[in-house]
Amino acid sequence: MEFFHEPKIDFLGKKWYFIAFSLLFSIAGVLSMLFWHGIPQGIDFRGGTLVYVRYTHPPNVNQVRSQLDRIGLHNFRIQPLLNSNDLLIDLSLRETSEQELDRGKTQITNALQTSAPAGKQDLNNSSSLALASYLLQKDPLHLGTDARARYTAIAQAIADYRDKSKGGVLASFDELRGVADPAVVAAIEDGFYLSDFGVYQVEIVGPQVGSQLKKQAALATLYSLAGMLVYLAFRFEWIYGVAAVITVFHDTLITVGAFSLTNKPISLTVIAAILTLIGYSNNDTIVVFDRIRENLKLMRRERLADIVNRSINQTLSRTILTAGLTFLTVLALFLFGGEVLHGFSFALVIGILIGTYSSIAIAAPILVAYQDWRSGRRQAPAVVSAGTAARREKAKAKA
Amino acid sequence: MSRGFAWKLIVILATLLIFVYGIFGIPGGVSRSELLSALEKRISLGLDLKGGTHLILQVHVNDAVNVDTDNAIEILKSGMRSSKINYTEISKPDPATHPEQIVIKGVPPESSSDLRSLVQDKLPDYESNSGANNSWTVTMKPTILADTKERAVQQAKQTIENRINELGVSEPIVEEHGLGQYQILVQLPGVDDPARVKNVMQSTALLEIKQELGGPYSSQESALQEHSGVLPADAMLLPGHAAPGSDEGQQWYLVSRASAVRGKDLRDAQPSRDQNGQPSVSFTLSNEGGQRFYSFTSQHVSDSLAVVLDNRVQEVASIREPIRDRGEISGGRMSEEQAKDLALILRSGALPAGISYLEERTVGPSLGSDSIRAGVRAAVVGMVAVLIFMLIYYRWAGVNADVALLLNLIILLGFLGYTGATLTLPGIAGVILTVGMGVDSNVLIFERIREELRNGKTPPSAVEQGFRHALTTIIDTHVTTIVSAIILFLFGTGPVKGFAVTLSFGLFANLFTAVFVSRVIFDWVLSRKRVGEALSI
Repeated sequence: MEFFHEPKIDFLGKKWYFIAFSLLFSIAGVLSMLFWHGIPQGIDFRGGTLVYVRYTHPPNVNQVRSQLDRIGLHNFRIQPLLNSNDLLIDLSLRETSEQELDRGKTQITNALQTSAPAGKQDLNNSSSLALASYLLQKDPLHLGTDARARYTAIAQAIADYRDKSKGGVLASFDELRGVADPAVVAAIEDGFYLSDFGVYQVEIVGPQVGSQLKKQAALATLYSLAGMLVYLAFRFEWIYGVAAVITVFHDTLITVGAFSLTNKPISLTVIAAILTLIGYSNNDTIVVFDRIRENLKLMRRERLADIVNRSINQTLSRTILTAGLTFLTVLALFLFGGEVLHGFSFALVIGILIGTYSSIAIAAPILVAYQDWRSGRRQAPAVVSAGTAARREKAKAKA
Repeated sequence: MSRGFAWKLIVILATLLIFVYGIFGIPGGVSRSELLSALEKRISLGLDLKGGTHLILQVHVNDAVNVDTDNAIEILKSGMRSSKINYTEISKPDPATHPEQIVIKGVPPESSSDLRSLVQDKLPDYESNSGANNSWTVTMKPTILADTKERAVQQAKQTIENRINELGVSEPIVEEHGLGQYQILVQLPGVDDPARVKNVMQSTALLEIKQELGGPYSSQESALQEHSGVLPADAMLLPGHAAPGSDEGQQWYLVSRASAVRGKDLRDAQPSRDQNGQPSVSFTLSNEGGQRFYSFTSQHVSDSLAVVLDNRVQEVASIREPIRDRGEISGGRMSEEQAKDLALILRSGALPAGISYLEERTVGPSLGSDSIRAGVRAAVVGMVAVLIFMLIYYRWAGVNADVALLLNLIILLGFLGYTGATLTLPGIAGVILTVGMGVDSNVLIFERIREELRNGKTPPSAVEQGFRHALTTIIDTHVTTIVSAIILFLFGTGPVKGFAVTLSFGLFANLFTAVFVSRVIFDWVLSRKRVGEALSI
């Protein structure tokens, strides 16, 4: 089977379309970064508190909002998640105290526990430690010497059941009947109630960390680019390195632009994805460059533009296949990888499309443009200095 | 079958065996559950997959420096007294940002050389410089300063580790955090309620015994009034509890700045009961600390001393006779649990400096298992799609590529098993990406072989040429990607690091499978064909 049989597409002839296409997306991204969404930063970079809550039923966002308003929290955002029972509460850095990092989280949990019966604890938001010490005190099984170990194990089993089998929230005490002794369940019902939610993930980042990470991310990207430039300059010629770096910069700009346009937060894992796609896009570019180098030796008399065109065509089949296959895996990640990897796989989906396009449409044409510019300068100097002009006159006179 | 081929086959099979062992070890059986549990033992999962708490703490190293310079001030004062050097004031102008600086004002010019030699003799870790208006600056030497700060971090790390271990958290990780200055990373697998651990960790448990100079006062203002608005330079006001039995709430005590005994002089601490039968903590001092305490108490018989914990006066007692190595912390109406926790904290050593939390992330176990499920499903779907595509597109050569890909995956997972590297969710993504990018090497080679065949080469020479030409490209692409991965590893933390690890391992494995294994399979296929028979690619 074959998709491309000896293609002969004039890629360089279409350079104006490519330039228009790249400019359109770059400018749209830059405009969005400047005037619309900015560069949306994830919690890692901007700091703040994220509390992920799972309900036993689809939650009423307005009710949650008013619950939080009532206790005096104002700088927050509520975002429904892929799973319709889940909710993300995003507290801005302003509500995150530096002295007491987890205050916001405690406030949120307290605010949501509205129907708390007096004197009862919330089983859905209790740790197994708390449950164990409660059971030890009540001693529903009338255990003797090894009571502590037994109740700790029972509490752990109940917490595991809640977290691993029930996704973090119990809807009713009856669900515990299969897990623990009826006497234990009865004792738990005495001292606990079940709220309709459980907190399943918390991320709190103080202001100091954010600025640190921002610096590190910027440095990592820069070093990555510099490493690439040096390696390519060493293996090929410096202009190849420059062309590759410009290409990769183009890819990064458009990918970050896509995050800005869709207002998706850039987290630490997204930076990892961007670095990966820098590597990937560079792969593509190198494959074409390698072929150009090889063809330059074989076809010394031909124009560089023809050689570049032929090299792109010769590697086109590989380029499209690899891009397609990588895209397939990344798409699987995007579709099935779950909430946590969403930003990561989004960056790769965009990045692989752009990275493949740019190695054909940006990197190789830069080589040709550079050569045209250089040889143009040699053959028809636009600015002729006085001395040269005089010499030329003299030469003419002699002739 | 040639001998060279037999050797290559042995190399491949041995690699396969070695890495399968790396993944599973020697499982108890071949059932699904046996294999899974063997797998769990070999490959350690990151916090984002198994749930737990991740904390980054800042150590306030200036605290440790301040303790040292406070002591230096006391040494300077007594030294200047005995060498009869006059001065008007000695203080630290900026203890918050420059704890290493001490300024002495009003030293007459004729005492200059005396002061200089005093610093040289008594404070070898400091250097002295004269400034304008008869003032002097005594500063901790930069190397000593850096050392003190570094030691504070190391000590804090050790202390936190001890405390966590005593609490019984399994497999905690406590390490210096590379990204910032004086930061510590703590990972607590499976702890879904970090509040108690944090309390125990954060309590500085800075135990000091100081001389009590006055009090108790009902408020800071009344203490100031009694000293006509100015506190003695070597004294400080600390809050404390009221005497047992009195109804008053917070009280204030005037105590000496310097401490006779500090937390590091402690040898042991145990919960006990005081003479009223209330829970208390009794402690024993080390030899050196005991000697210092003895000389202090001998000089101050009939004075009062204050037991200070975390800058709070816990107990005031008068010194009836010199004490050597025992003491008790009571008062404050401790509960039995509190006495037990306090004894634990004191035993595990005081933190040399205060800490605060910069970052806290808790992943519930439910999310962790959801993530594993999602990650594995995405990996399987992606992998199967690629395998099927290669079969359709390259026919028999596709089988070759699929074998190489599967072996690539096995080597990658085996690497993880051997090195004990942690598999995180982005790490699983790294595995998937490796599959996608790993197939690139095969595609490069196969496309090149097809091209050579089109140019009229015979199958053996097309295979030979295809591999040779593709090799330089493959090396170039791998090197640049590995450079990116190494940079990610150096700069990333936690999950991102896990991603960098799987990506680099995958790339190395890919070099072996795509270039070597795939070639061996081709050679084998070619050796079984008659001359002139076409290659299925």
